[in-house]
Amino acid sequence: MSESVIITNELTKRFSNFTAVDAISFEVKKGEIFGFLGANGAGKTTAMRMLCGLSIPTSGRASVAGFDVYKQTEDIKRSIGYMSQKFSLYEDLTVKENMQFYGGIYGMSNKAIKQKTDYVLNTLHLENEAKKLVRSLPLGWKQKLAFSVAIFHEPSIVFLDEPTGGVDPVTRREFWNLIYEAAENGITIFVTTHYMDEAEYCNRVSIMVDGKIEALDSPTRLKQIFEAESMGEVFLKLARKAVRSE
Amino acid sequence: MRTLKFLLQKEFRQIFRDPSILRIIFIMPMMQLILLPQAADYEMKNIQLTVVDHDHSSYSQQLTSKITASGYFKLTDYSASYKSAIEDIEREKSDLILTIPARFEKDLVKENESKVFMAVNAINGVKANLGGAYLGMIIQDYNREVRLKWIQFPRLNPEPTIDITYSNWFNPLMNYKFFMVPGILVVLITMVGSFLATLNIVKEKEIGTIEQINVTPIKRHHFILGKLIPFWILGMVILTIGLSIARLFYGILPAGHFYTIYAFAAIYLFSILGLGLLISNYTSNQQQAMLISFFLMMIFILLSGLYTSIDSMPEWAKILTRLNPVTYFVEVMRMVVLKGSTLRDILPQTLTVLCFGMVLNCWAVLSYHKRS
Repeated sequence: MSESVIITNELTKRFSNFTAVDAISFEVKKGEIFGFLGANGAGKTTAMRMLCGLSIPTSGRASVAGFDVYKQTEDIKRSIGYMSQKFSLYEDLTVKENMQFYGGIYGMSNKAIKQKTDYVLNTLHLENEAKKLVRSLPLGWKQKLAFSVAIFHEPSIVFLDEPTGGVDPVTRREFWNLIYEAAENGITIFVTTHYMDEAEYCNRVSIMVDGKIEALDSPTRLKQIFEAESMGEVFLKLARKAVRSE
Repeated sequence: MRTLKFLLQKEFRQIFRDPSILRIIFIMPMMQLILLPQAADYEMKNIQLTVVDHDHSSYSQQLTSKITASGYFKLTDYSASYKSAIEDIEREKSDLILTIPARFEKDLVKENESKVFMAVNAINGVKANLGGAYLGMIIQDYNREVRLKWIQFPRLNPEPTIDITYSNWFNPLMNYKFFMVPGILVVLITMVGSFLATLNIVKEKEIGTIEQINVTPIKRHHFILGKLIPFWILGMVILTIGLSIARLFYGILPAGHFYTIYAFAAIYLFSILGLGLLISNYTSNQQQAMLISFFLMMIFILLSGLYTSIDSMPEWAKILTRLNPVTYFVEVMRMVVLKGSTLRDILPQTLTVLCFGMVLNCWAVLSYHKRS
C-alpha cells in the first residue's frame, strides 16, 4: 500500500439547512478496496458524488487522483470510473456499441477500443451476446457489464454505488471476482454496499452514520473493536445510533 | 471532434432503433399534412338556415331559392313562426334565421322598399359572422336583380352604385390550402424540433444515463451538439417529406426557390432546438417537459398568425408575436411559397430567428450543468 489516491479533509455538503455529509476525513490508498458503508440516507451517495465531481462540496478539502474536487473536476473525471445505483448503460444499444461509445468518449483509440472490447467479452463470456441489445440481458449480466464498462478506459479509481443491488448471490460472488481482478491490476475500488458479506471482502471499511464517519478500519479490526462476530453486527451497533432516517 | 463523432453515432443508432421516433418522423407529417388542411377551412359551407316566410309570395320564394342555391346554406327548416325558429337555434339545429315579413312583396312593388330580418346564432362567432355576411351579400345581389327588372331603360339609374371587381394577388384562386399547408408544415417542424430533442434528453435524465455522461470528461458543448445535430437533420428530413406531400397532394410548388426555404429552415431549426434543449435543462422528467412544451406550443401557434391574422390582434399580442419564432417561419413560408420571395426579401426574418437561436443555445449550454 503506497500513496493515497483519495484524500478528504472535513469534507462537507449542506443542502439549505440539512447537512448531508458532515466533515468527513479519510484517505484511500492506491489499489485498495475501500468499503463505504452506511444506512440509507447516511450520506454515502452524496459523499461519492462529491468525489466524482458531480456535486460541489460546501466546505472542506478533498483530492481524487491528485486533483482538487473544486477546481479540477474535469481532470478527476478523466481518471475515474463510475457505476451508479441506477443502471446506466444504454439499453437500446448493443453490448459492443456501449463499449465503443464509452471507450470513445474517454478518448480511446479505435484499436484500443477493439482490443479491450474483445478482452472484456472474453472474460465475461459474452462473445455471443456482443451484438445483442443490452435490454435483453439478465440483470446480473448487465451489472457485470456495467462494471466492465466503468473500468473500460482503465481509470485509476472506480466508484461503485451499490453495484450489486438486486443481484443473486452467485452473480454477486462473480461480480466480486471482477472487483478483485481490477484491484490486482492497480485500480482503486471505492464501493458502497448494504451487503455485510461484501463488507468482509473489503481491505478497509468506513461506516457512516448521520453524515459522519463513525468507524474506519479493516473488517477484522472493526470486529475486534466492537466485539462483534460479523460485520453485520458492527454495522447494527453503529447504525442503531442514527437519529435521522430516510 | 472525435468525441462528437461517438456521440452522434450513438444518437443515430438509438433513433433508428426506436420505432416510435420513426413513426413520428414519417406518419405524423403525412397525417397532419393530408388530413388537417381538409379540416382547417375558413370557407363556410353547410350553414344551417331557418326561413320564416310570412309572405308566401313569389318574390319571397325567389329570394329563398337564391339563398339555398348559393351552396353556403342548408335550409333546415321552413318555419311558420319566429318563435319556433328560435327554438331551432336553441336546439343548435339552426345557425341563422331569416324572417320575411308578411308585406314583403307588396312593399317591394309599391314602396320600392322592403325589410327582412336576420337573426344570427353567435355562439360560434366565426360562423355567425361569415354566415351573416354571406346572407347579406346574397340579399343585396337579389335586391339589384329586382331593381334591374323594374327600372325602365330610358330612365336614369336612380342610385349610382359602385361595383367592385377583385384580383387576388399571389393566390389567384384564393385556395386556402396554399395558405394553410405551408403553415401546418411549420407547426410540424416546430413540434418535432422541440419535442423530440427535449424528450430525448429528459429521458436520459430519467433512466440515469445522463449521470454516467456527466461523470465522463465530455465537454458540455459537445454533449449539446451531439443532441442538436441529429434532431436538426431529422427536422430537415421532415421538411423534405412535408414539401413533397405539399407538391403531390396539393400541387403546391413554391413560387420561390427551395433553397430559400431550406436556408431559413436550417436557421429556424437551430433556434427551436435551442429552445428544446433549454426546456430539457429545466425539467427533470418527461411529463414536466411535455407539459411545458405543450403550453409553449399552444401560445406559439395561436400567436403566430397561422390561423388568425396578426393585424387584427391587440397591440400587446402583436408584440408577443414578434417574440415568437413560429411567426417568422409562417411568414417566410408564405412569402416564399406564394410570393416567390428571395433570400434577400426574408433577410429581416432570418436575422431575427438567428438572434433567437444564438440566445437560446448559449443559454442552453450555460444552463447545462455537469454537476450540482
